[in-house]
Amino acid sequence: MTEAVLRLSGVTREHGQGDVVVQALRGVDLAVLPGELVAVMGPSGSGKSTLLHLAGGLDRPTSGSVVVEGRDLATLTAAQVAAVRRRSVGYVFQDLNLLPSLTAVENVALPLELDGVRGGMARRAAREALDEVGVGALAGRFPDEMSGGQQQRVAIARALVGPRRLLLADEPTGALDSTTGEEVLRVLRARCEAGAAGVLVTHEARHAAWADRVVFLRDGVVVDQSGPAAAAESLLPAGGVG
Amino acid sequence: MHTAYAYSVSMSIRHGLLALLERGPSHGYQLRAEFDAATGATWPLNVGQVYSTLDRLERDGLVVQDGEPDADGRIAYRITDVGQAELRGWFASPVSAKSAPRDELAIKLALAVTTPGVDVLRVVQTQRTATMTGLQELTRLKTRVHDDVELAWSLVLDSLVFRAEAEIRWLDHCEARVARAAAERRSAAAERPAPAAPPLTTGKAGRR
Repeated sequence: MTEAVLRLSGVTREHGQGDVVVQALRGVDLAVLPGELVAVMGPSGSGKSTLLHLAGGLDRPTSGSVVVEGRDLATLTAAQVAAVRRRSVGYVFQDLNLLPSLTAVENVALPLELDGVRGGMARRAAREALDEVGVGALAGRFPDEMSGGQQQRVAIARALVGPRRLLLADEPTGALDSTTGEEVLRVLRARCEAGAAGVLVTHEARHAAWADRVVFLRDGVVVDQSGPAAAAESLLPAGGVG
Repeated sequence: MHTAYAYSVSMSIRHGLLALLERGPSHGYQLRAEFDAATGATWPLNVGQVYSTLDRLERDGLVVQDGEPDADGRIAYRITDVGQAELRGWFASPVSAKSAPRDELAIKLALAVTTPGVDVLRVVQTQRTATMTGLQELTRLKTRVHDDVELAWSLVLDSLVFRAEAEIRWLDHCEARVARAAAERRSAAAERPAPAAPPLTTGKAGRR
Protein backbone atom coordinates (compact mmCIF):
# COMPACT_ATOMS: atom_id res chain seq x y z
CA MET A 1 0.00 0.00 0.00
CA THR A 2 1.18 3.53 -0.78
CA GLU A 3 2.47 5.39 2.23
CA ALA A 4 0.36 8.31 3.39
CA VAL A 5 1.88 11.76 2.96
CA LEU A 6 0.00 12.87 6.07
CA ARG A 7 -1.18 10.62 8.87
CA LEU A 8 -2.96 11.75 12.01
CA SER A 9 -3.50 9.00 14.60
CA GLY A 10 -5.60 9.47 17.71
CA VAL A 11 -4.94 13.20 17.66
CA THR A 12 -6.31 15.19 20.58
CA ARG A 13 -5.64 18.88 21.13
CA GLU A 14 -6.68 20.62 24.33
CA HIS A 15 -6.50 24.30 25.03
CA GLY A 16 -6.45 25.71 28.58
CA GLN A 17 -6.03 23.88 31.87
CA GLY A 18 -8.03 22.40 34.76
CA ASP A 19 -11.72 23.31 34.76
CA VAL A 20 -11.49 25.37 31.59
CA VAL A 21 -10.01 22.72 29.28
CA VAL A 22 -11.43 22.98 25.78
CA GLN A 23 -10.94 19.97 23.54
CA ALA A 24 -10.49 21.33 20.03
CA LEU A 25 -9.89 17.84 18.63
CA ARG A 26 -10.70 14.48 20.19
CA GLY A 27 -9.13 11.29 18.87
CA VAL A 28 -8.98 12.20 15.19
CA ASP A 29 -7.55 9.68 12.71
CA LEU A 30 -6.90 10.83 9.17
CA ALA A 31 -4.62 9.60 6.41
CA VAL A 32 -4.06 11.39 3.11
CA LEU A 33 -2.35 9.50 0.29
CA PRO A 34 -0.44 10.96 -2.63
CA GLY A 35 -2.92 11.74 -5.41
CA GLU A 36 -5.74 12.30 -2.95
CA LEU A 37 -7.68 15.45 -2.09
CA VAL A 38 -9.52 15.25 1.23
CA ALA A 39 -11.98 17.94 2.30
CA VAL A 40 -12.61 18.62 5.97
CA MET A 41 -16.03 20.15 6.50
CA GLY A 42 -17.49 21.58 9.64
CA PRO A 43 -18.99 24.69 11.18
CA SER A 44 -16.80 27.26 12.90
CA GLY A 45 -15.51 25.87 16.17
CA SER A 46 -15.57 22.28 14.93
CA GLY A 47 -11.75 22.01 14.97
CA LYS A 48 -11.01 22.47 11.25
CA SER A 49 -8.31 25.08 11.69
CA THR A 50 -6.73 23.23 14.61
CA LEU A 51 -6.50 20.14 12.41
CA LEU A 52 -4.78 22.11 9.66
CA HIS A 53 -2.33 23.75 12.08
CA LEU A 54 -1.39 20.36 13.52
CA ALA A 55 -0.99 18.84 10.05
CA GLY A 56 1.37 21.64 9.06
CA GLY A 57 3.47 21.46 12.22
CA LEU A 58 2.35 24.93 13.36
CA ASP A 59 0.89 23.41 16.53
CA ARG A 60 1.46 20.20 18.50
CA PRO A 61 -1.16 17.68 19.62
CA THR A 62 -1.84 17.08 23.34
CA SER A 63 -1.79 13.37 22.50
CA GLY A 64 -1.67 11.23 19.39
CA SER A 65 0.75 11.54 16.50
CA VAL A 66 1.14 13.62 13.35
CA VAL A 67 3.33 12.00 10.70
CA VAL A 68 4.34 13.97 7.59
CA GLU A 69 6.22 12.09 4.85
CA GLY A 70 7.01 9.32 7.33
CA ARG A 71 8.39 11.65 10.03
CA ASP A 72 6.61 11.81 13.38
CA LEU A 73 6.65 15.52 14.20
CA ALA A 74 6.58 14.83 17.96
CA THR A 75 10.05 13.23 17.77
CA LEU A 76 11.62 16.22 16.00
CA THR A 77 13.23 19.37 17.38
CA ALA A 78 11.67 22.73 16.60
CA ALA A 79 14.32 23.33 13.92
CA GLN A 80 13.60 19.95 12.33
CA VAL A 81 9.86 20.65 12.31
CA ALA A 82 10.58 23.97 10.61
CA ALA A 83 12.60 22.11 7.99
CA VAL A 84 9.72 19.66 7.39
CA ARG A 85 7.42 22.66 6.98
CA ARG A 86 9.73 24.25 4.40
CA ARG A 87 10.43 21.11 2.41
CA SER A 88 7.22 19.13 2.64
CA VAL A 89 4.25 21.39 3.41
CA GLY A 90 2.61 24.19 1.47
CA TYR A 91 -0.22 26.42 2.65
CA VAL A 92 -2.91 28.23 0.70
CA PHE A 93 -5.03 30.65 2.71
CA GLN A 94 -8.15 32.58 1.80
CA ASP A 95 -6.16 35.66 0.81
CA LEU A 96 -2.92 37.55 1.39
CA ASN A 97 -0.92 34.51 0.29
CA LEU A 98 1.70 36.36 -1.71
CA LEU A 99 4.31 38.93 -0.76
CA PRO A 100 3.24 42.12 -2.56
CA SER A 101 6.77 43.32 -3.31
CA LEU A 102 7.76 40.15 -5.18
CA THR A 103 6.68 38.99 -8.64
CA ALA A 104 4.78 35.72 -9.11
CA VAL A 105 7.91 33.76 -9.96
CA GLU A 106 9.84 35.33 -7.04
CA ASN A 107 7.01 34.41 -4.66
CA VAL A 108 7.03 30.80 -5.83
CA ALA A 109 10.86 30.56 -5.77
CA LEU A 110 11.08 32.01 -2.26
CA PRO A 111 10.52 28.81 -0.20
CA LEU A 112 13.17 27.02 -2.28
CA GLU A 113 15.66 29.85 -1.83
CA LEU A 114 14.99 29.93 1.92
CA ASP A 115 15.82 26.24 1.89
CA GLY A 116 19.19 26.90 0.26
CA VAL A 117 18.38 26.16 -3.38
CA ARG A 118 20.46 28.37 -5.70
CA GLY A 119 18.67 31.28 -7.40
CA GLY A 120 18.70 30.05 -11.00
CA MET A 121 17.55 26.58 -10.06
CA ALA A 122 14.81 27.91 -7.78
CA ARG A 123 13.53 30.16 -10.57
CA ARG A 124 13.43 27.30 -13.04
CA ALA A 125 11.44 25.17 -10.60
CA ALA A 126 9.14 28.13 -9.92
CA ARG A 127 8.45 28.70 -13.63
CA GLU A 128 7.65 25.03 -14.02
CA ALA A 129 5.25 25.18 -11.06
CA LEU A 130 3.54 28.26 -12.52
CA ASP A 131 3.14 26.47 -15.89
CA GLU A 132 1.51 23.55 -14.12
CA VAL A 133 -1.25 25.76 -12.72
CA GLY A 134 -1.75 27.59 -16.01
CA VAL A 135 -0.27 31.01 -15.13
CA GLY A 136 3.24 30.65 -16.61
CA ALA A 137 2.62 33.80 -18.66
CA LEU A 138 2.16 35.88 -15.52
CA ALA A 139 5.54 35.02 -13.99
CA GLY A 140 6.76 38.63 -14.05
CA ARG A 141 3.63 40.20 -12.57
CA PHE A 142 3.24 41.52 -9.06
CA PRO A 143 0.27 40.29 -6.98
CA ASP A 144 -1.67 43.56 -7.39
CA GLU A 145 -1.40 43.14 -11.17
CA MET A 146 -3.24 39.82 -11.01
CA SER A 147 -6.88 38.83 -10.35
CA GLY A 148 -7.83 37.01 -7.16
CA GLY A 149 -8.12 33.71 -9.01
CA GLN A 150 -4.69 34.15 -10.61
CA GLN A 151 -3.15 34.94 -7.22
CA GLN A 152 -4.61 31.76 -5.76
CA ARG A 153 -3.13 29.75 -8.63
CA VAL A 154 0.27 31.27 -7.88
CA ALA A 155 -0.26 30.36 -4.20
CA ILE A 156 -0.98 26.75 -5.20
CA ALA A 157 2.17 26.72 -7.34
CA ARG A 158 4.20 28.01 -4.38
CA ALA A 159 2.65 25.44 -2.05
CA LEU A 160 3.78 22.59 -4.30
CA VAL A 161 7.06 23.92 -5.70
CA GLY A 162 10.09 21.63 -5.64
CA PRO A 163 9.77 18.47 -3.57
CA ARG A 164 6.73 19.60 -1.57
CA ARG A 165 3.65 17.44 -2.00
CA LEU A 166 1.45 18.15 1.03
CA LEU A 167 -0.90 21.03 0.31
CA LEU A 168 -2.99 22.43 3.17
CA ALA A 169 -5.71 24.80 1.98
CA ASP A 170 -7.83 26.87 4.36
CA GLU A 171 -10.95 28.19 2.56
CA PRO A 172 -8.83 28.98 -0.54
CA THR A 173 -11.82 30.16 -2.55
CA GLY A 174 -13.51 32.11 0.23
CA ALA A 175 -12.70 35.49 -1.31
CA LEU A 176 -13.58 34.55 -4.90
CA ASP A 177 -16.81 34.56 -6.90
CA SER A 178 -18.28 31.13 -7.65
CA THR A 179 -16.93 30.73 -11.21
CA THR A 180 -13.41 31.84 -10.31
CA GLY A 181 -13.49 29.75 -7.15
CA GLU A 182 -14.40 26.73 -9.22
CA GLU A 183 -11.43 27.28 -11.53
CA VAL A 184 -9.11 27.39 -8.53
CA LEU A 185 -10.60 24.15 -7.18
CA ARG A 186 -10.18 22.57 -10.59
CA VAL A 187 -6.46 23.45 -10.45
CA LEU A 188 -6.18 22.18 -6.88
CA ARG A 189 -7.79 18.91 -7.87
CA ALA A 190 -5.54 18.56 -10.94
CA ARG A 191 -2.40 19.07 -8.83
CA CYS A 192 -3.59 16.36 -6.46
CA GLU A 193 -4.33 14.02 -9.35
CA ALA A 194 -0.76 14.66 -10.49
CA GLY A 195 0.53 13.23 -7.20
CA ALA A 196 0.15 15.79 -4.42
CA ALA A 197 -1.76 15.11 -1.21
CA GLY A 198 -4.27 17.83 -0.44
CA VAL A 199 -6.32 18.78 2.61
CA LEU A 200 -9.02 21.32 1.89
CA VAL A 201 -10.76 22.92 4.85
CA THR A 202 -14.08 24.52 4.01
CA HIS A 203 -17.61 25.06 5.25
CA GLU A 204 -19.00 25.11 1.70
CA ALA A 205 -20.43 21.80 0.49
CA ARG A 206 -20.01 22.81 -3.15
CA HIS A 207 -16.27 23.29 -2.63
CA ALA A 208 -15.82 20.18 -0.51
CA ALA A 209 -17.42 18.17 -3.33
CA TRP A 210 -14.25 18.57 -5.41
CA ALA A 211 -12.48 16.25 -2.99
CA ASP A 212 -12.17 12.48 -3.28
CA ARG A 213 -13.29 12.18 0.30
CA VAL A 214 -15.21 14.53 2.59
CA VAL A 215 -14.63 14.24 6.32
CA PHE A 216 -17.27 15.76 8.60
CA LEU A 217 -15.93 17.32 11.76
CA ARG A 218 -18.22 18.21 14.68
CA ASP A 219 -17.00 19.44 18.06
CA GLY A 220 -13.54 18.04 17.42
CA VAL A 221 -14.73 14.59 16.38
CA VAL A 222 -14.91 13.05 12.91
CA VAL A 223 -18.57 11.99 12.76
CA ASP A 224 -18.72 10.59 9.24
CA GLN A 225 -17.14 10.71 5.82
CA SER A 226 -18.35 10.42 2.27
CA GLY A 227 -16.69 9.24 -0.89
CA PRO A 228 -15.35 6.05 -2.40
CA ALA A 229 -12.43 5.69 0.04
CA ALA A 230 -14.71 5.81 3.07
CA ALA A 231 -14.78 2.04 3.47
CA ALA A 232 -11.04 1.58 2.99
CA GLU A 233 -9.81 3.72 5.87
CA SER A 234 -12.51 3.67 8.49
CA LEU A 235 -12.20 6.64 10.77
CA LEU A 236 -14.21 5.90 13.86
CA PRO A 237 -16.52 3.46 15.52
CA ALA A 238 -20.17 4.08 14.70
CA GLY A 239 -22.34 6.51 16.55
CA GLY A 240 -20.46 9.87 16.63
CA VAL A 241 -22.92 12.65 17.44
CA GLY A 242 -25.88 12.37 19.68
CA MET B 1 -49.92 12.33 -10.49
CA HIS B 2 -48.64 8.84 -10.52
CA THR B 3 -45.49 6.68 -10.75
CA ALA B 4 -42.47 7.62 -8.69
CA TYR B 5 -43.92 10.68 -6.99
CA ALA B 6 -47.15 9.01 -5.91
CA TYR B 7 -45.25 5.93 -4.83
CA SER B 8 -42.90 7.96 -2.69
CA VAL B 9 -45.73 10.01 -1.13
CA SER B 10 -47.60 6.88 -0.17
CA MET B 11 -44.38 5.39 1.24
CA SER B 12 -43.93 8.44 3.42
CA ILE B 13 -47.50 8.37 4.69
CA ARG B 14 -46.88 4.78 5.77
CA HIS B 15 -43.76 5.73 7.69
CA GLY B 16 -45.34 8.93 8.93
CA LEU B 17 -48.22 7.01 10.50
CA LEU B 18 -45.81 4.46 11.98
CA ALA B 19 -43.81 7.30 13.53
CA LEU B 20 -46.96 8.76 15.08
CA LEU B 21 -48.05 5.35 16.40
CA GLU B 22 -44.63 4.95 17.99
CA ARG B 23 -45.82 7.53 20.54
CA GLY B 24 -48.79 5.32 21.45
CA PRO B 25 -52.01 3.80 20.03
CA SER B 26 -54.22 6.18 18.10
CA HIS B 27 -57.13 6.21 15.65
CA GLY B 28 -57.39 7.65 12.14
CA TYR B 29 -58.80 11.10 12.90
CA GLN B 30 -56.28 11.65 15.64
CA LEU B 31 -53.43 10.49 13.36
CA ARG B 32 -54.46 12.90 10.64
CA ALA B 33 -54.48 15.81 13.08
CA GLU B 34 -51.11 14.79 14.52
CA PHE B 35 -49.60 14.38 11.04
CA ASP B 36 -50.72 17.90 10.12
CA ALA B 37 -49.38 19.24 13.41
CA ALA B 38 -46.00 17.54 12.93
CA THR B 39 -45.54 18.61 9.31
CA GLY B 40 -47.13 22.05 9.52
CA ALA B 41 -49.94 21.04 7.17
CA THR B 42 -47.56 21.33 4.20
CA TRP B 43 -48.83 17.95 3.16
CA PRO B 44 -52.46 17.70 4.20
CA LEU B 45 -53.92 14.19 4.31
CA ASN B 46 -57.56 13.26 4.01
CA VAL B 47 -59.01 10.75 6.40
CA GLY B 48 -59.63 8.27 3.58
CA GLN B 49 -55.86 8.19 2.82
CA VAL B 50 -55.15 7.61 6.49
CA TYR B 51 -57.56 4.67 6.79
CA SER B 52 -56.53 3.04 3.51
CA THR B 53 -52.90 3.33 4.61
CA LEU B 54 -53.76 1.85 8.03
CA ASP B 55 -55.47 -1.06 6.22
CA ARG B 56 -52.31 -1.76 4.24
CA LEU B 57 -50.13 -1.44 7.32
CA GLU B 58 -52.37 -3.92 9.11
CA ARG B 59 -52.29 -6.28 6.12
CA ASP B 60 -48.47 -6.15 6.19
CA GLY B 61 -48.36 -6.80 9.94
CA LEU B 62 -46.85 -3.41 10.81
CA VAL B 63 -49.83 -2.34 12.98
CA VAL B 64 -52.67 -4.14 14.74
CA GLN B 65 -56.05 -2.99 15.97
CA ASP B 66 -55.87 -1.99 19.61
CA GLY B 67 -58.95 -3.25 21.43
CA GLU B 68 -62.61 -2.74 20.49
CA PRO B 69 -64.08 0.29 18.65
CA ASP B 70 -64.92 3.23 20.96
CA ALA B 71 -68.43 4.66 21.47
CA ASP B 72 -68.18 6.51 18.13
CA GLY B 73 -67.14 3.31 16.36
CA ARG B 74 -63.52 4.47 15.88
CA ILE B 75 -60.79 1.84 15.94
CA ALA B 76 -57.41 2.57 17.50
CA TYR B 77 -54.24 1.05 16.04
CA ARG B 78 -50.98 0.12 17.70
CA ILE B 79 -47.51 -0.40 16.15
CA THR B 80 -46.07 -3.95 16.14
CA ASP B 81 -42.45 -5.07 16.57
CA VAL B 82 -42.25 -5.48 12.80
CA GLY B 83 -43.60 -1.96 12.42
CA GLN B 84 -40.98 -0.60 14.81
CA ALA B 85 -38.23 -2.33 12.82
CA GLU B 86 -39.61 -0.81 9.61
CA LEU B 87 -39.62 2.64 11.24
CA ARG B 88 -36.04 2.27 12.47
CA GLY B 89 -34.97 1.33 8.96
CA TRP B 90 -36.67 4.41 7.53
CA PHE B 91 -34.99 6.80 9.94
CA ALA B 92 -31.62 5.12 9.44
CA SER B 93 -31.63 5.37 5.64
CA PRO B 94 -31.21 8.54 3.55
CA VAL B 95 -33.89 9.76 1.18
CA SER B 96 -32.84 8.96 -2.37
CA ALA B 97 -32.50 11.99 -4.61
CA LYS B 98 -33.49 9.94 -7.63
CA SER B 99 -36.76 8.41 -6.52
CA ALA B 100 -38.33 10.90 -4.14
CA PRO B 101 -39.46 14.49 -4.09
CA ARG B 102 -37.49 16.54 -1.60
CA ASP B 103 -40.52 16.88 0.65
CA GLU B 104 -39.97 13.40 2.00
CA LEU B 105 -36.82 14.64 3.68
CA ALA B 106 -38.58 17.57 5.34
CA ILE B 107 -41.37 15.27 6.48
CA LYS B 108 -38.86 12.74 7.78
CA LEU B 109 -37.03 15.35 9.86
CA ALA B 110 -40.28 16.82 11.16
CA LEU B 111 -41.30 13.37 12.36
CA ALA B 112 -37.82 12.54 13.66
CA VAL B 113 -37.89 15.49 16.07
CA THR B 114 -41.37 14.55 17.32
CA THR B 115 -40.82 10.77 17.63
CA PRO B 116 -39.44 9.72 21.02
CA GLY B 117 -35.95 8.29 21.12
CA VAL B 118 -34.93 8.99 17.51
CA ASP B 119 -31.32 10.23 17.18
CA VAL B 120 -32.16 13.23 15.02
CA LEU B 121 -28.52 14.24 14.57
CA ARG B 122 -27.77 10.79 13.20
CA VAL B 123 -30.69 11.09 10.76
CA VAL B 124 -29.27 14.47 9.64
CA GLN B 125 -25.74 13.10 9.28
CA THR B 126 -26.85 10.03 7.33
CA GLN B 127 -28.68 12.25 4.88
CA ARG B 128 -25.82 14.76 4.66
CA THR B 129 -23.31 12.04 3.82
CA ALA B 130 -25.62 10.64 1.14
CA THR B 131 -26.28 14.08 -0.34
CA MET B 132 -22.56 14.91 -0.25
CA THR B 133 -21.74 11.66 -2.06
CA GLY B 134 -24.24 12.69 -4.75
CA LEU B 135 -22.70 16.17 -4.88
CA GLN B 136 -19.23 14.65 -5.35
CA GLU B 137 -20.55 12.53 -8.23
CA LEU B 138 -22.04 15.62 -9.89
CA THR B 139 -18.76 17.48 -9.42
CA ARG B 140 -16.85 14.60 -11.01
CA LEU B 141 -19.21 14.79 -13.99
CA LYS B 142 -18.50 18.52 -14.21
CA THR B 143 -14.76 17.94 -14.46
CA ARG B 144 -15.36 16.02 -17.68
CA VAL B 145 -17.54 18.70 -19.24
CA HIS B 146 -15.99 21.36 -21.46
CA ASP B 147 -17.95 24.53 -20.91
CA ASP B 148 -17.44 25.87 -24.42
CA VAL B 149 -18.92 22.88 -26.22
CA GLU B 150 -21.37 21.60 -23.62
CA LEU B 151 -22.61 24.73 -21.93
CA ALA B 152 -26.23 23.55 -21.68
CA TRP B 153 -25.33 20.27 -19.99
CA SER B 154 -22.91 22.09 -17.72
CA LEU B 155 -25.67 24.47 -16.58
CA VAL B 156 -28.01 21.57 -15.86
CA LEU B 157 -25.29 19.97 -13.75
CA ASP B 158 -24.84 23.29 -11.96
CA SER B 159 -28.54 23.37 -11.09
CA LEU B 160 -28.26 19.93 -9.50
CA VAL B 161 -25.08 21.00 -7.71
CA PHE B 162 -26.72 24.10 -6.24
CA ARG B 163 -29.78 22.11 -5.19
CA ALA B 164 -27.65 19.54 -3.38
CA GLU B 165 -25.67 22.34 -1.76
CA ALA B 166 -28.87 23.99 -0.57
CA GLU B 167 -30.01 20.73 0.97
CA ILE B 168 -26.73 20.33 2.84
CA ARG B 169 -26.93 23.92 4.10
CA TRP B 170 -30.46 23.28 5.29
CA LEU B 171 -29.30 20.08 7.04
CA ASP B 172 -26.49 22.06 8.73
CA HIS B 173 -29.11 24.54 9.86
CA CYS B 174 -31.39 21.78 11.18
CA GLU B 175 -28.47 20.25 13.05
CA ALA B 176 -27.62 23.53 14.75
CA ARG B 177 -31.27 24.13 15.71
CA VAL B 178 -31.69 20.59 17.09
CA ALA B 179 -28.43 20.81 19.05
CA ARG B 180 -29.46 24.16 20.55
CA ALA B 181 -32.92 22.85 21.47
CA ALA B 182 -31.33 19.80 23.12
CA ALA B 183 -28.98 22.03 25.12
CA GLU B 184 -31.93 24.12 26.30
CA ARG B 185 -33.84 20.98 27.30
CA ARG B 186 -30.81 19.71 29.21
CA SER B 187 -30.45 22.93 31.18
CA ALA B 188 -34.21 22.92 31.90
CA ALA B 189 -34.03 19.26 32.97
CA ALA B 190 -31.08 20.03 35.24
CA GLU B 191 -33.38 22.30 37.23
CA ARG B 192 -36.26 19.81 37.38
CA PRO B 193 -35.43 16.17 36.54
CA ALA B 194 -38.06 14.39 34.41
CA PRO B 195 -38.43 10.69 33.51
CA ALA B 196 -36.87 9.79 30.17
CA ALA B 197 -38.87 8.45 27.24
CA PRO B 198 -38.17 4.81 26.24
CA PRO B 199 -35.58 4.82 23.47
CA LEU B 200 -36.22 3.89 19.87
CA THR B 201 -32.67 3.35 18.70
CA THR B 202 -31.99 3.98 15.05
CA GLY B 203 -29.20 1.46 15.10
CA LYS B 204 -25.57 2.07 14.27
CA ALA B 205 -24.46 4.53 11.69
CA GLY B 206 -24.94 3.40 8.13
CA ARG B 207 -21.64 3.51 6.28
CA ARG B 208 -21.75 2.81 2.64
